Amino acid sequence: MKFAIALFSPPHAPASRRALRFAEAVLASGHEIVRLFFYRDGVYNASCAMVAPQDELDMAAQWRAFVAEHRLDSVVCIAAALRRGVLNAEEARRYEREAISTGAPWELSGLGQLHEAAQLADRLVCFGGD
Amino acid sequence: MAKSLLLICRQSPWAGTAAREALDIALAGGAFELPIALLFMDDGVFQLPVGQQATALEQKDLSANLQALPLFGVDDLYVCQASLARRGLTDATLSLPVTPLHGAELPALLARFDLVMTL
Repeated sequence: MKFAIALFSPPHAPASRRALRFAEAVLASGHEIVRLFFYRDGVYNASCAMVAPQDELDMAAQWRAFVAEHRLDSVVCIAAALRRGVLNAEEARRYEREAISTGAPWELSGLGQLHEAAQLADRLVCFGGD
Repeated sequence: MAKSLLLICRQSPWAGTAAREALDIALAGGAFELPIALLFMDDGVFQLPVGQQATALEQKDLSANLQALPLFGVDDLYVCQASLARRGLTDATLSLPVTPLHGAELPALLARFDLVMTL
């Protein structure tokens, strides 16, 4: 079965951990993830600028490793990301910001990618709230 | 045939970006001519009354985004009647033509759509 997974919560929210464990289970069960889409505060999961305390889960790092390992199509909503300071090199240059806070394996793109993923997948599963 | 999407908007217009970002999903879907409906529920019904004074909170008015919905082909709009009543808005003038739903009509609405997203 083809899954599209959307995450609306930041790395320090339990929803982020639940979404990642769900995504891992989807692949472990032999299913396919057509796209991960990060929206609202979920864009913080794509930030490389977050520093988790040593004795806490580093969800942003876990997401990055998971996406890179499985070469997943992982889209971060560009409007939500800009608003929250999650900028790749191209956007940092465009808006003349000094900090670059995201990059590969994440792609910044529009909400059309969420709709496309929902249309392509057999199931859209959203994670939000706490 | 494209899958239909029901978007449930549960956040008030002035509680951060939630309401605006939910509407953006609807407008983006409308731009792709996807079958999209909106249900305003819980604090989301606060988006609907006319005469909001966003500038008093130094905010941008959400009404323009709401009025854009029909222009983007998103005109399948619903409101939870109980959510309106609980907030004293039963008789309020609303800025969009929304169909009020009662009790069991809500799960029936959800059952009609291929996809449901809550923000």
